Amino acid sequence: MTAISARRRHPLAAAVVLFVALLLFGGLYAAFAPESQADVQASTSTQIDEGRKLFAIGCSSCHGLNGEGQALDDGTVLGPSLVGVGAAAVDFQVGTGRMPAGPPGAQLPRKEVQYTDEEIEALAAFVASLAPGPEIPGAAEVDPERGNVARGGELFRTNCAQCHNATGQGGALSYGKYAPPLAGVEPKHIYEAMLTGPQAMPVFNDNTLDPEQKRDIIAFLKHIEDEPNPGGAGIGRIGPVSEGLWGWLIGIGSLIGAAVWLGAKRS
Amino acid sequence: MSAVVNGAGKLVSWVDDRVTTNNWLKRNIRKAFPDHWSFLLGEIALYSFIVILLSGVFLTLWFKPSMAHVMYDGAYAPLRDVGMSEAFASTLELSFEVRGGLLMRQIHHWGAIIFIAAMSVHMLRIFFTGAFRKPREITWVVGVLMLVLGITNGFTGYSLPDDLVSGTGMRIIEGGMLAIPVVGTYLSSFIFGGEFPGDDAIARLYVLHILLVPALLLALVTIHLILVWYQKHTNWGGAGTSNETTVGYPLFPVYTAKAGGFFFVVFGVIVLLAATIQILPIWLFGPYDASVVSAGTQPDWYVGFLDGALRIMPNWEFYIAGYPISLNVLVPAVLLPGIILTPLLLYPWLEQWVTGDKRDHHVLDRPRNQPVRTGIGVAFITFYLLLWIGGGNDFVATIFDVPVMWITRFMQVAIFVLPPLTYWATKRICLGLQRRDRDKVLHGSESGVIVVSPDGEFSEVHAPLAEVTAYRLTAHERQAPFELGPETDEYGIPAPRRRGDKLRSRLSKVYFADVVQKPTRDELEMAHHDGHGAAEPHGEIEAGRH
Amino acid sequence: MTISRDDKMSEYTTEATGTELERRRVGDPFPDPGFPESPARLTDTDPKAERRAERQVAGMFGLAAVLVIAFLVFYVIFPIAADEGGVDVGAVRDSNLALGLTLGGSLLLIGIGAIHWARKLMTSHQVIHERHELRSSGETRAATLADFELGAEESGFGRRKLIRNSMIGALLLLPLPAVILLRDLGPAPGGVKKRTIWDTGVRVLKDRSFEPIRPSDLQVGSLVIAMPESYLDLPDHGPVRQNERGKSSVFLIRMPPGEFRVDEGRENWHVDGILCYSKICTHVGCPITLYERDTHHMLCPCHQSTFNLAEGGEVIFGPAKRPLPQLPLAVDDEGYLIAQSDFVDPVGPSFWEMNT
Repeated sequence: MTAISARRRHPLAAAVVLFVALLLFGGLYAAFAPESQADVQASTSTQIDEGRKLFAIGCSSCHGLNGEGQALDDGTVLGPSLVGVGAAAVDFQVGTGRMPAGPPGAQLPRKEVQYTDEEIEALAAFVASLAPGPEIPGAAEVDPERGNVARGGELFRTNCAQCHNATGQGGALSYGKYAPPLAGVEPKHIYEAMLTGPQAMPVFNDNTLDPEQKRDIIAFLKHIEDEPNPGGAGIGRIGPVSEGLWGWLIGIGSLIGAAVWLGAKRS
Repeated sequence: MSAVVNGAGKLVSWVDDRVTTNNWLKRNIRKAFPDHWSFLLGEIALYSFIVILLSGVFLTLWFKPSMAHVMYDGAYAPLRDVGMSEAFASTLELSFEVRGGLLMRQIHHWGAIIFIAAMSVHMLRIFFTGAFRKPREITWVVGVLMLVLGITNGFTGYSLPDDLVSGTGMRIIEGGMLAIPVVGTYLSSFIFGGEFPGDDAIARLYVLHILLVPALLLALVTIHLILVWYQKHTNWGGAGTSNETTVGYPLFPVYTAKAGGFFFVVFGVIVLLAATIQILPIWLFGPYDASVVSAGTQPDWYVGFLDGALRIMPNWEFYIAGYPISLNVLVPAVLLPGIILTPLLLYPWLEQWVTGDKRDHHVLDRPRNQPVRTGIGVAFITFYLLLWIGGGNDFVATIFDVPVMWITRFMQVAIFVLPPLTYWATKRICLGLQRRDRDKVLHGSESGVIVVSPDGEFSEVHAPLAEVTAYRLTAHERQAPFELGPETDEYGIPAPRRRGDKLRSRLSKVYFADVVQKPTRDELEMAHHDGHGAAEPHGEIEAGRH
Repeated sequence: MTISRDDKMSEYTTEATGTELERRRVGDPFPDPGFPESPARLTDTDPKAERRAERQVAGMFGLAAVLVIAFLVFYVIFPIAADEGGVDVGAVRDSNLALGLTLGGSLLLIGIGAIHWARKLMTSHQVIHERHELRSSGETRAATLADFELGAEESGFGRRKLIRNSMIGALLLLPLPAVILLRDLGPAPGGVKKRTIWDTGVRVLKDRSFEPIRPSDLQVGSLVIAMPESYLDLPDHGPVRQNERGKSSVFLIRMPPGEFRVDEGRENWHVDGILCYSKICTHVGCPITLYERDTHHMLCPCHQSTFNLAEGGEVIFGPAKRPLPQLPLAVDDEGYLIAQSDFVDPVGPSFWEMNT
């Protein structure tokens, strides 16, 4: 009997077999799985052509080969027209992983980014070439150091807090939609979201919120995100709901525990 | 040690010369106080109230209850040059420019959270153990009033900093006031000194918060404590206790040490909470502006049920000769508190009427022995919790990824369907526990040891209960439904108050008809004679057990 | 210290009258075994355990004292002084943590020490006291009643009806001044809730920056928070500005014409698909503006009232009943958006006089 067979009834045997099987199947899948779209390289030199190719492979099934949009016969929109949405919209949607869209739902969530930065630039260039639209902001325009935090806070509370919450924790909208939390979002993407109004979000073009005001808002958000909580654990920064929960669990819970100890039969 | 005793003795004598203290001291210095944990919940409330008072005084030294508009130029940079009220600015000063100021603010607020939670838990304990029965009805009423006052002071207190979240709460209260027919606009105009928000409200809330309500609370808590002291504490039933005696540890020294120590524990826990968990970060919410709102705005937990009711109420509003009757606002904001408070206040008399029991009760009920009362309590808790969760429906929606509308619809149905269900389930559980108690008394407790009789019959050995345990399980009273007398007496004169008595009889049947009564002496003897072949009812089994 | 209670064996009879019930106490199965002897504590029997407990209690009190000193030290060595850039919030956090842990720790230790002392070391046995009857004796009650009747007779209150009635009359009236003194808490509401500071020709300005707005500034899907130009004429001290923020705030949205319903008489209330609505919810007055540009729904975050702006601001979900009031827009000579008049419908929550 081999050494392995001798140990076949070892308590850990099942775990080992499972582990090996997972390794085997995982490895086989990785080796033989179809390549992701991102691996496909464009062969022509101009960015717009590159973008067109990427677009044809990854986006046209919903948005049409020329970004004109696609709808079914009964009127259900598969993908809206991208003519005029501008490079900013592409940079935001693809750069936060929202596009390519996953399974349809009330709202398309942020998820893992499928394209490299160069590919996103190419896609954006292609879509921008369809018609003029909002452009990707430059680094200076979104630099939080150049924004006024206090002014940005006032603007944020007036224009944004009702959906995203006063500190950007996010909030519920109707029918399963939601305004996402803003922590960890790149300044560039914040700018682009304001500029293009993705999904349910309204549009704040440069006439309604000028670039300086947008930068102030970004400065505020980045500052708040990094600011420590002077009172202790932030417990979500959402106010009375979590405060009540912890007050009951830890506060009353530990005090009742102390009361039980106080009155326990002596040992 | 004797020096201390002598010194204390001299002081007491001096006072006694003037106010006969030793009379009182002699009676009370060894007064009995039981120390079961369930008797300490009121103490948590009392001690947290003291903590609130102490920390509150500190805060009044800096807080400015003024709605005058200022441009902030204090220490917290992200709000510099932002317009705000002086109240908000002074709260920022307390938080960021006074050492220990933020700690005191958090102690005050966590203390309030715990104060109201403790009062609620204490009230529930009183309810479930029947401690509100005669002679303690006054104590119950005083207690419910203190709960209401505590909630009022909590609301006025967290509204004082005039921040975005609490200001939105004030707006909602004002909208609730406007819905009141005839006098609504007058009420709002008088309270806010004109239109909302005006510049008087914070100063007026301040007076309520630091003077009028605390004074009332102090007066009521004094009455409450005097009553508890004078009527003596209730006791759990069991060996050595009865309705005619009280049992416990002497006030001095044991109870003084334990209760005194517990005060420090409550204080310490509140301070540790304030040291480690942030509460009401007003600088993150920003100053109140009547045209701004934040997603996820909720009141403090003890007002949450009102907000939940406002969210789930259907939008019923109709007009009488052009005058609006806004049920969508009136029912949750104005009527619901009354609907909850009135039965709560009157419950001792309601139960007394149903059971017809007018005697003094100093021994507590085990909740299982009052299945209907316990069921009613659980149904009420269910109702309250559902409204509370409804108040946070947008958080529930985002955390569980459920459309917020579904939660509203679910709650609209659940508040009518779930309480009767939990009532029924609780009652069944209580009856089951009673049945188990009865079985234990009759047959002993299950020991887990299986024996085989010579005939091949398997049975479990039951160990007889210890005397003390057996007595505890049967110390409660037998209860029977109210018996309706004859329709007419022997002269043919119909019995008075007949209809009321019929209703009473029906209700008391609901209370007591299903109750599993404790066994009588005869039933116990029968059980011993009928015992299973292997059961040894008198303890010899001990030798055979591992 | 046992108590035997033979009355558990006694029987009460039940007299089921129509108004009282007495409980049956027939044949309870067990007599009261009396108060159980509490087992001796370890610290009562083992001197080493006793000394250890004593050390523990003293140790806790001692540590509490150390923590109090630490609090005093930390108060000094954790400063939170601000420089011109503002206070360092991290320093505030450190101070809060240091002061709180030392203060809370010392309080907690004193408490635990005291309780530990009571539990482990204090000599204590439970005591039993008889309860006294709470009700006064019959003689006392009778005597009190007699004294009261005597006093009432001596006062002549019952006999002298004129005195009685006039006194009651005066005392009943006395609380009224207290009530009327509160009259000046605030002005009579008047019609103030029916009016805002919007009027014919008043320009619509962007909130915070107070710049005027051209129709071309908005695109489909835009949301602009706005205030009337007359807001700037209000005094900037006092409550009036903040009051109007809670009443006259509006927002602008833009939809392609044809995608929204236009009610009779309101055909010219929009400008090329730009609509203006009150920002104040008609439920209990929260400012709303959760605008979902794809569905044209306006959601209030407080209680989830949902208004369909493509259908005249009607309520489609939630506790609000009245549709959101719409402000009629026009364009002035310089091409900026203005109001045609004040709101026609009452703004904000319903109130009694709103239609009269």
